[in-house]
Amino acid sequence: MSASRQKLLWIAALIHRVSGLVLAIFLPLHFLVLGLALSQASRLDGFLRWSDMPVVKVAEMGLVILLTVHLLGGLRLLVLENAGWSARQGAWALAAGGVSVIAGFAFLFQVL
Amino acid sequence: MAEEYEVSIWRGDATGSFVDYTVPARASQTVLDIVTWVQRHIDPSLSYRFACRVGMCGSCAMNVNGAPRWTCRTHASKVTSSGKLQIAPLRNLPVIKDLACDMSEFFDKWKKAEARFHPTLTRHDKMEPILPANPARVAASAGIECINCAVCYSACDTVAWNTEYLGPAALNRAWTLVNDVRDGGQKERLQAVSADGGCHACHSHQSCQAYCPNQLNPTASIAGLKKRAMGAYLKGELK
Amino acid sequence: MTSLSGVRLYTWQRLSAAVMAPLVVLHLGTILYAVNAGLSAAEILARTQGSVFWGAIYSVFVLAAAIHAAIGLRAILVEWARLRPVSAGWVSAGFALVLLVLGLRAVGAVVLS
Repeated sequence: MSASRQKLLWIAALIHRVSGLVLAIFLPLHFLVLGLALSQASRLDGFLRWSDMPVVKVAEMGLVILLTVHLLGGLRLLVLENAGWSARQGAWALAAGGVSVIAGFAFLFQVL
Repeated sequence: MAEEYEVSIWRGDATGSFVDYTVPARASQTVLDIVTWVQRHIDPSLSYRFACRVGMCGSCAMNVNGAPRWTCRTHASKVTSSGKLQIAPLRNLPVIKDLACDMSEFFDKWKKAEARFHPTLTRHDKMEPILPANPARVAASAGIECINCAVCYSACDTVAWNTEYLGPAALNRAWTLVNDVRDGGQKERLQAVSADGGCHACHSHQSCQAYCPNQLNPTASIAGLKKRAMGAYLKGELK
Repeated sequence: MTSLSGVRLYTWQRLSAAVMAPLVVLHLGTILYAVNAGLSAAEILARTQGSVFWGAIYSVFVLAAAIHAAIGLRAILVEWARLRPVSAGWVSAGFALVLLVLGLRAVGAVVLS
């Protein structure tokens, strides 16, 4: 078995785990900010204006990429575990990465 | 061809270190040849395991430049371009001495996974016809050539990270038995692989499949186990 | 943890993942729509307030995410932070609770008028 293929799927697994971890850390913060709409709508507005900064938009793009890559990697696992083995998982993993980056750029072009 | 190899070999137990040796290079030299040369010409106290020397028994498995391999089937020239080699005992197993590690936990997990055959017929019963083309038999045959060399166990990061994890070899064998219609221990086996540290701990890194010298695919076997166990769980068959 | 914790956690993890797959796609779509259509508090609330649909969808999303993230976190705590399985279980259960409370609060914040 070629080492490069093994490395690819191992990296895919690592990306899946790290993306999940970052999203898990992000989620409570996301919920807290949205919760501001409850009684402090003006604070939410202030926060949302802060997100006009380009560096924040890039960070949000990062989150979109992480969410998409975690979703697609997870789908790859669900297929592997329920629909049987495929020798083309390396290709799927690469495609997942590519689509995620495209999704990120689609988001970035919308917000810039 | 290089004149010599600079070889770093692990000496000692868990608290040891790498010791350097210079070994003359020969045509078609395997890593096992190199280890043997060191033991015969430089240091007779070097401990290592081998038996068949021809890639059938799996005894000579070691970590070569970080990758678990059968050293008798690893040409030294193919794993180094700089003339340097690092040889260490297999990862994830306690080191007894130098290149020999303690395989007990590997086999203990084999038993824990119920990766053994539970017979149902006796010599007085008619022999059960098993057709080779039967899908269950095909699935079993795909994983049956495991010789317990522990290369996959050493390659697996989840084994390194999770001491409870039964590991690819034990689970692969369990899968072959799940597909064996003659076996009477299916319930115990599904229980065993559904526990903490069972098949569901696998993250499908697929290092096992990448490194198995017999081209087996424990990740696929484990995926089969996951599906079978989840199905049994959802149907309430596991208690 | 009983002896079936492996398959139990796995099943909840995969089922919550399957539930979330279409919701994530939907969420990505709504993100792209929202950044276009306007992201002030008033504009967001105009789209979500009083909506039983969004309330239901995002409540399910929060519940599934809390379960899924907690089980994933548990594996990371055991394998990378070297916690004992029991301790990791408690920490991740606590995390699930945090996500559930904050998440449903956030859903309520944007849906209830």
